Amino acid sequence: MLDTIGVETIDDLFVEIPDSLKFKGELNLPSALNEYQLYLKMALLARQNLDATKADWYLGAGLYDRYIPASVAAVISRGEFLTSYTPYQPELSQGYLQTIYEFQSMIAELYGMDVANASMYDGSTSMAEAAIMASGVTGRHKIVISEAVHPHYRQVLDTYCWANGLHVEVIRHNNGATTDFSTVDDQAACVIVGYPNFFGVIEDLDAARTAARKAGALFIVAADPTAMALLKPPGEFDADIVVGEGQPLGVAMGYGGPLVGLFACKQEYVRRIPGRIVGRTHDAQGRSGFVMTLRTREQDIRREKATSNICTNEALMALATTVYMIALGKNGLQSVATSTVRNTQYAREKLSSAGGKIKFPGNVFGEFVLELPKPADEVQRRLIDQNIMAGLPLGPYYKGLDHCLLVAVTEVRTKDQIDRYAAALAEVLK
Amino acid sequence: MPHKLVPQPKLIFEKSSPGRVGCNLPVADTPEVDLKKALGPTRQSLHLPEVSELELIRHFTNLSHINYGIETGFYPLGSCTMKYNPKINERTAMIPGFTHIHPMQPADTVPGALEVLAQVQEFLCEICGFDSICLQPLAGAHGELTCLMLIRAYHESRGEGATRRVVLAPDSAHGTNPASAAMVGYTVKTIPTDASGGCDMAALTTALDETVAAFMVTNPSTLGLFETQIEEICRLVHEAGGQVFCDGANMNAMVGTTRPGDHGFDCMHLNLHKTFSTPHGGGGPGCGAIGLKAHLEPFQPVPVVIRNKEGKVELDDRRPHSIGRVSAYFGQFLMEVRALTYLSAYGKERMADISRHAVLNANYVKARLKDVLPAAHDRPCMHECVLTAQEYKKGGVRALDISKRLIDYGFHPPTNYFPLIVPEAIMIEPTETECKETLDAFCDALIAICEEARTNPDLLHDAPTTQIVGRLDEASAVKNLDVRWRAPQKVGV
Repeated sequence: MLDTIGVETIDDLFVEIPDSLKFKGELNLPSALNEYQLYLKMALLARQNLDATKADWYLGAGLYDRYIPASVAAVISRGEFLTSYTPYQPELSQGYLQTIYEFQSMIAELYGMDVANASMYDGSTSMAEAAIMASGVTGRHKIVISEAVHPHYRQVLDTYCWANGLHVEVIRHNNGATTDFSTVDDQAACVIVGYPNFFGVIEDLDAARTAARKAGALFIVAADPTAMALLKPPGEFDADIVVGEGQPLGVAMGYGGPLVGLFACKQEYVRRIPGRIVGRTHDAQGRSGFVMTLRTREQDIRREKATSNICTNEALMALATTVYMIALGKNGLQSVATSTVRNTQYAREKLSSAGGKIKFPGNVFGEFVLELPKPADEVQRRLIDQNIMAGLPLGPYYKGLDHCLLVAVTEVRTKDQIDRYAAALAEVLK
Repeated sequence: MPHKLVPQPKLIFEKSSPGRVGCNLPVADTPEVDLKKALGPTRQSLHLPEVSELELIRHFTNLSHINYGIETGFYPLGSCTMKYNPKINERTAMIPGFTHIHPMQPADTVPGALEVLAQVQEFLCEICGFDSICLQPLAGAHGELTCLMLIRAYHESRGEGATRRVVLAPDSAHGTNPASAAMVGYTVKTIPTDASGGCDMAALTTALDETVAAFMVTNPSTLGLFETQIEEICRLVHEAGGQVFCDGANMNAMVGTTRPGDHGFDCMHLNLHKTFSTPHGGGGPGCGAIGLKAHLEPFQPVPVVIRNKEGKVELDDRRPHSIGRVSAYFGQFLMEVRALTYLSAYGKERMADISRHAVLNANYVKARLKDVLPAAHDRPCMHECVLTAQEYKKGGVRALDISKRLIDYGFHPPTNYFPLIVPEAIMIEPTETECKETLDAFCDALIAICEEARTNPDLLHDAPTTQIVGRLDEASAVKNLDVRWRAPQKVGV
């Protein structure tokens, strides 16, 4: 090879790097490991973590311990999908493009919206991009958001809005629900509420929509996809944009990544969507096929005038959710959601009779706030000792909720496990 | 005349049959509840496919057969670093102690996860020559965006936030550079490339003033060339009070050989899904670590993962100058697991092999093709070479035609028409994981295609003819927008 190139050594190929910039000496790194050593190293690190296969898991707060069918890993491990690039060459990417089209179709259906894009990074950035899009549509610079939206999402929104010159106003929650829309005025680009919200409470979307319409602001909903199997979808409340975290649909919690952002909107805004969209078309012989479309919105063509800088998205995780939604189908997803509701209701009863108190009065899906007579983080610690991950202590996120625990109960929990939690809680609260 | 649509693989919706479920799911053993009472307004209909597990697996297996990945064949997509993704990385990323942990569980219940993050940071600090690494950005463009936010926060802290409103980027820059700058409210000015393929220093000097916040430099450039003036560029920008950002898309050329931190850069982004072999997944997840010099550290996203004096890894969110979060949790954790596995496999002994073999392969391809597709610049290339197909244009053959014909020869095409400043650009990045036989077969195919371009150009215009579809009508896709399947309307429902 060197002969063909016309040099004597590989070093000769680096002549253009000034000598002063060449790295000399030895990198301060560990020695190379063989494959056996690699597995051992990583397995030992993994073993130090308390994971959801070792404890009964009630920690949700946006990411949930749900069952993932074996077919999901089987499909997303296929090298043809796993090791392909963004489908810029559609003739070689019809398989993936079709799965994205199917993904878009199912997400739009789930949310009751006209169109969905091919995915965003995660729920938080999806929501931030929706706010920026609303500002672009309305020409306004105030983003109104409910305090009962995931606190980390609101932090990401703050960062994005600071960078984009937008102003964020937070609506305080009222007993766990969003009711005061007085700041949604003619300066507001949008109002954002959760559905269900961070506390698990099912918000009154009619009230939020009415406030948005009156002010000429866009109505944005951050919605849990599993709950959509049963709840009236945001599209039927006339939402303009719906975003969400797709993790509950077949993606591992994975310490929070990779996840997959969901993004759907009304048809009239389709040309303002950030990120990729796949569309159906045909070739010269009339054969149907798929391509990435509306490409003039994107950064590699529009550069600084693009709707977003997003390039790589979360295609593989979108594929995982596609497989998940197909494996479950209509009945399976409704079964998962129904089991979640049953387990949640049962846990609400058992834990409140074990000395906790249901903090907020509203209807909930899958999650609820439990008020305790002791600091929640202390109770959490005690229960971890018994291999129960009891939930999320809310003190660090909400003033005055130091004694509150956010408890998620998915379809995989059993009556026995919930009884064990209640008994352990009663013991800790003695 | 409208086209008659020929049946292609059916959509999963068209294979659906009511009542089928593709998984034996867990069902609650707790008491039944009245859903309407528990939830309030419920939905009327839900049109999701209903198929058996076998139908599902066949659907995706058949779709995978009409999709091309690195494991299918050579994938020389320039600027994308399509190297092999070792299987051991997939295996370690599937250990339940990594997959089944939650980012909001107490930090002291996940010491192994924090150790993964800290070790990836330490590897990358050493390889790139920075003071700290932040793993929160979720993709390359997200890393760029974060770096620009940090630069803005830095200027604001010095009282220059309002005056420094311009970001400079070369005319060869990736599209994400100007798009990211726009998302931080910056105005973008373009710096031309000189005749040798380097930065036009006269133009840079003229552009540098008190309004410049940063210069975004890709090194090696998107022309596949090392920016030999980089030290001088950094000096000039710093003298003018600006910051220099390194677009690290091309880090594969430098691993173990030269360190961007030593070039004078203030910050950079990395694509772990390029350089450090986490799989591209058909367009994501990406994984966009950023490297920072000490003066930018106070502004980095929270929480910061740090190793304390006793060697224990901790989360630090007491950072009053932080820009806040750029994503919900700790970045693409399971991708960091893969990256750490990959980095640990190379270690200090083999790390430089990555860049040395990548550069060798790219120069070999460039040399073998020099008579049919000359390089845009006659200089030693780094990890990729940018060639031009300009001489075929007069015969009616475009770079795209050559690329499409490669598909018929069984190869994935290289990148076309990028960078924008090279006419009829063909950008080839072979990566270090390909053997000589594969490179030879690819070069032989391109030489044969260039001959066809002279003798029978229609072979190229009609290509590809070997796939399930030919070239697709993208204009029609926009005009007759069809981006989702809809359930057939039923009367009376």
